[in-house]
Amino acid sequence: MIRLRNIRKAYKTGYNQLEVLKGIDLDIEAGAFASIMGSSGSGKSTLLNIIGILDEYDNGDYQLDGKMIKGLSQTDAALYRNRFIGFVFQSFNLLPFKTAQENVALPLYYQKMDRKKRQDLAMEYLDMVGLADWAEHLPNQLSGGQQQRVAIARALITQPKVILADEPTGALDSKTSSEVMELFKKVNREGMTVIIVTHENDIAAMTRRIIRLRDGVIENDGTTVSSSS
Amino acid sequence: MIDLDKWQEIFNSIRRHPLRTVLTALGVFWGIFMLVLLLGAGQGLQNGVEYEFRDDATNSVWIRRGVTSLPYQGLPKGRQIEFTNEDYDMLAEHFNGVDQVTGRFYLSGDRTITVGRKSLSYPVRAVHPGHRYLENTIMESGRFINETDIKEYRKIAVIGKVAQKDLFGEAPPLGQKIKIGDIMYTVTGTYSDTGGDDEMRVIYIPISTAQKVYAGADEIHQLMFTTKDMELPAIQQLQEEVRGAFARRHQFDVEDRKALYIFGAAEEFQKFMNLFAAIRAFVWFVGLGSIVAGVIGVSNIMLIVVKDRTKEIGIRKALGATPRSIITMILQESILITAVAGYLGLLAGVGAISLMESIAVEYFRNPRVDLGVGLIATLVLVISGALAGLMPARKAAQINPIVAMRDQ
Repeated sequence: MIRLRNIRKAYKTGYNQLEVLKGIDLDIEAGAFASIMGSSGSGKSTLLNIIGILDEYDNGDYQLDGKMIKGLSQTDAALYRNRFIGFVFQSFNLLPFKTAQENVALPLYYQKMDRKKRQDLAMEYLDMVGLADWAEHLPNQLSGGQQQRVAIARALITQPKVILADEPTGALDSKTSSEVMELFKKVNREGMTVIIVTHENDIAAMTRRIIRLRDGVIENDGTTVSSSS
Repeated sequence: MIDLDKWQEIFNSIRRHPLRTVLTALGVFWGIFMLVLLLGAGQGLQNGVEYEFRDDATNSVWIRRGVTSLPYQGLPKGRQIEFTNEDYDMLAEHFNGVDQVTGRFYLSGDRTITVGRKSLSYPVRAVHPGHRYLENTIMESGRFINETDIKEYRKIAVIGKVAQKDLFGEAPPLGQKIKIGDIMYTVTGTYSDTGGDDEMRVIYIPISTAQKVYAGADEIHQLMFTTKDMELPAIQQLQEEVRGAFARRHQFDVEDRKALYIFGAAEEFQKFMNLFAAIRAFVWFVGLGSIVAGVIGVSNIMLIVVKDRTKEIGIRKALGATPRSIITMILQESILITAVAGYLGLLAGVGAISLMESIAVEYFRNPRVDLGVGLIATLVLVISGALAGLMPARKAAQINPIVAMRDQ
């Protein structure tokens, strides 16, 4: 599903070049449930942004489901993000003035789907994450865990090729964290590719594969013990 | 409906900052309001002046006598120029462009007019038949002075509406006798005049009669003529030809501007029209200036809106919003604010102008803004709204979603 070859990325800081990714080779197959770990500055967020087509890379090749993702125009990048990627963020990133249902439906608006149809679909996905009764609520009327479940429903609604979650439990207590992780597991069981960026070991341990980054290279890549459970 | 969604987004955005939006809109509102008001007032001024000119034909030329100020072929300066019937004949016969001609013979001061036992004072003008075209005299009943009256020195009078009402009340005046000084005249016509009540107090009598009765000579105090349909330069040339002819006849230097005064209403009218064109240009300059100020206000606010919504726009982009959809979102909001504010300004301006219509001042009449100006203003609004939103919208489209979502 995801095929990275010798991905390099550097940021200019004044006169210096800061190389963040120093040649990443990575394959993630369809239906995987993987986590990317690393301390801050290891390049994990940059890698996630490149996979999520939010950022460009300097060198190498990135193929997503067989499509070369390179040198896209802003418009094409937006279309690919919309169709192929479902994002889940640490701070949920729901639009505060829209109801849960409207938030979930938003990606479909950019597919120019008919309003009625996308509201119905949004309701379906809200039901799937167990929040059908909260459809008319604004984000600030929901708990953190609920907000993240809304965000997951929003990520899923376009039936993307991959779900990218950036520290999805970073703002949640341990109980809600595991609830959210259970939801990811369920989504993965139904066939969705899920990649989680985290620095928490116990969260990573709930995935089936852990990719450890250090100083811009992959230090370690292996399956977890809990993968069989 | 996709469009409905877009409008919902815009109203949502506006509703979150009503005060800010209203204050911004006020700038545009005021700009358009001032433009419309100034244009309307300018038009009112122009209409007022045109109205004042209505009294006299705008193609009339007035010739007045003067005193020579330059010596000419041995003749000293300081000679009084006098007009006679020969000057009238020359004007009437020798110039192609001349249409109607009249002389005027003034009876000094107001004259006492007596009808039955009533005696009142009115100005009396002794004129040729062509005079009615020069003063735009409108015949209400009977007839004006004609050539036969002139030839036969008839003692007839044409009286204005005001004089008629004073002298005869509701009684029919035609055929009645009136006494001007000691001499009896028969009323042959009544008239009205757009020049106001003063112009309608005047009693007209044949110039030949006046010359015979009051002067005993063929003196004329003043000559006037109208030009045929021609452009201003042709009229000016005709005026110079007339001046030349008078200079030869009366033997004065054609450069001597004090020997003969020629006043062309068309020239004067043109001066006013040029003045109004200048005023209009100035009004547009000022009006557009204030609109530009308003638009810059909108542009600034949209920049703030974009800054406020940076995170939201970042999220939208992450979810697949194209740059184009972000740009249209900001542009539409900007155009909406500008267009609505401007339209209200237009309405308020038109309203204020219709209030001004009730003001009756000299040289100010029927202020109004025509449809064309309204359309131009609307066009200016939409374009300026788009321009105001363009820079902020492009800024919004360039927002990096990663950076945008990072700030809390």
